Amino acid sequence: MNRDIYCDYKKSVWKNEWTITGMVIFVFLIVLPLLHVLPGEDSWLKVSNFRINLLGKFLALAIVALGIDFIWGYTGILSLGQGVFFGLGGYCMAMYLLLKVGTAGHYESNLPDFMVWNGLTELPWFWKPMYHAWVAIPCIVFVPALCALGLGYLTFKSGVGGVYFSIVTQALALVLSITLIGQQPYTGGTNGLNDFRSIFGFPLRGPDLPTTQLFLYIVTVLVLVGAYFLCRWIIRSKLGRVLMAIRDDEKRARFSGYDTANFKIFAFGLAAALAGVGGALFVPQAEIISPSNVGIVPSIEMVLWVAVGGRGTLVGAVLGALLVNAAKSGLSESFPGIWLYFLGALFMGVVVFFPKGCVGFLGQFRSPGRQRKNTLRAEKVSVASMKPPLS
Amino acid sequence: MQNKTILYMENVTVSFDGFIAIRDLNFYMHYGELRVVIGPNGAGKTTLLDVICGKTKPVKGRVIFGEKDINITGMKEHEIVKIGIGRKFQAPSIFSNLTVCENFELSLRKSKGVFSTLFMRRTKSDQEKIFSILETIGLVDKAYEKAGSLSHGEKQWVEIGMVLAQDPQLLLVDEPVAGMSDKETEKTAELLLSISRNHSILVIEHDMKFVRQISRKVTVLHEGMTLCEGTMDEVQNDPRVIEKYLGRGGAD
Repeated sequence: MNRDIYCDYKKSVWKNEWTITGMVIFVFLIVLPLLHVLPGEDSWLKVSNFRINLLGKFLALAIVALGIDFIWGYTGILSLGQGVFFGLGGYCMAMYLLLKVGTAGHYESNLPDFMVWNGLTELPWFWKPMYHAWVAIPCIVFVPALCALGLGYLTFKSGVGGVYFSIVTQALALVLSITLIGQQPYTGGTNGLNDFRSIFGFPLRGPDLPTTQLFLYIVTVLVLVGAYFLCRWIIRSKLGRVLMAIRDDEKRARFSGYDTANFKIFAFGLAAALAGVGGALFVPQAEIISPSNVGIVPSIEMVLWVAVGGRGTLVGAVLGALLVNAAKSGLSESFPGIWLYFLGALFMGVVVFFPKGCVGFLGQFRSPGRQRKNTLRAEKVSVASMKPPLS
Repeated sequence: MQNKTILYMENVTVSFDGFIAIRDLNFYMHYGELRVVIGPNGAGKTTLLDVICGKTKPVKGRVIFGEKDINITGMKEHEIVKIGIGRKFQAPSIFSNLTVCENFELSLRKSKGVFSTLFMRRTKSDQEKIFSILETIGLVDKAYEKAGSLSHGEKQWVEIGMVLAQDPQLLLVDEPVAGMSDKETEKTAELLLSISRNHSILVIEHDMKFVRQISRKVTVLHEGMTLCEGTMDEVQNDPRVIEKYLGRGGAD
């Protein structure tokens, strides 16, 4: 008797998954940079500095979207405060970059310019460790992750969930943006942190800027690919199925023996870490981070990327972040006055007509084939089980 | 083993904002027993299960479980699962976006921490176990279907299967045949009887026909207290039960 149970999840999610993933990575990592470097200035194939830099920023945001998909799409917890973790990662990076300016600033002081004109004479204590890359870079991951683990512990362990959790995280986004604005001498206030000069020796201004931007773009692609495969691995492990179980029926998951709070804390921490990494990669490419990147509106926008792309699929999260940001940038170039209305219409359209996002919409066309495949497999099993055991 | 108690509840009182759902209840069960609890709406039947599985904390009294007489009052839900009490809810409560197979896999009696699940692989013995449960509940041909796409009755069986996968000593089953067709009800009765050969089961049910099919010993609850206990015939002929419950058209 065939008592083998197929491990469905070990097979690829879609047909040719590896080929398609490989091709997409090839295009972003090899083809686009080559099109940036090789063709002449006037060639229609030329991918300009501006486009490469724009795409680099979008890909950094796609890392944030992966995190949101992890917590919202797979675990079913809507966090409306991912901007906070994006900001924590971004500000850590910005502090490091700003301290590297040294005395080259406008006031030729050791302190960043904004501190000088805010009357500070000494560097605040929490800025001091950021001189060192070996402190700043781990902080990009660990500061947001630890904040999320702490908040997650307090909320999930005491049973706060659902819409209450969303409200708590949203309040957190407000608190952070108000604090950043209010504490101008320490945080740069509304202007945020900007006017960086270099990153790890590569200039962030002047004629060599495009080279740095290409370099940053490639790093972003690599980190995004790494984040994607990390998420994919977790989602397809048993842990991933526990997260989906919590999304489907948390009570049942608890009564199947899982301490669901721990799993939710883990998912929230991972989402925050990814948001932090995304923020840190965004900052040198945008050359600024300010409270307007971390507040309630950007936090909600981040959730909408995932909603548009299709939550519960990692590809959907990345696709959504790229599409929405590309649309945002394209529309604001063409219709500076009214582009926000287009964006609003896009969101409403997706929610009303494609509740599962772009990927869910596309997935409709392939589901019959897959169902048939499953039925065939099931038949195979049932026939096998009907045979009398050989004894 | 037969005469050792698996579950012993002593002076348990449950109050919801002043409303007493269970009042000074004493209740015990032996190993290997298939016990049915009946009673009118609001008698505290579901609350009784909630107390045992840790969902509701009693304001007074204690619950003792198992061979080692562990006091499980105040233990966390997932800890109670670990020591061998499985709960099936009234409305089918399953992971609808996972396949039937995966539903069972997650319920298996294994380490259930965050990082141990991250690195866990499905072993041969897991597969054997999953397959044998599929056979027990008769859903082998639905193994790879999403649990959410099954019919109501099948979902109920899946949940019973999930509880079985936990390898519990005691199964708590809340109204398993509500909303089922006659044929499905019959199959459920057979299922519970076959499970009861190796497990102790506590069933709550309204459907008297079903109760008669499976019952050996019946407990009648009324207003949070035990009204009487005995075989189905004894209970049905008890004047207090007829007056308080059966006589009011509560059954059949």
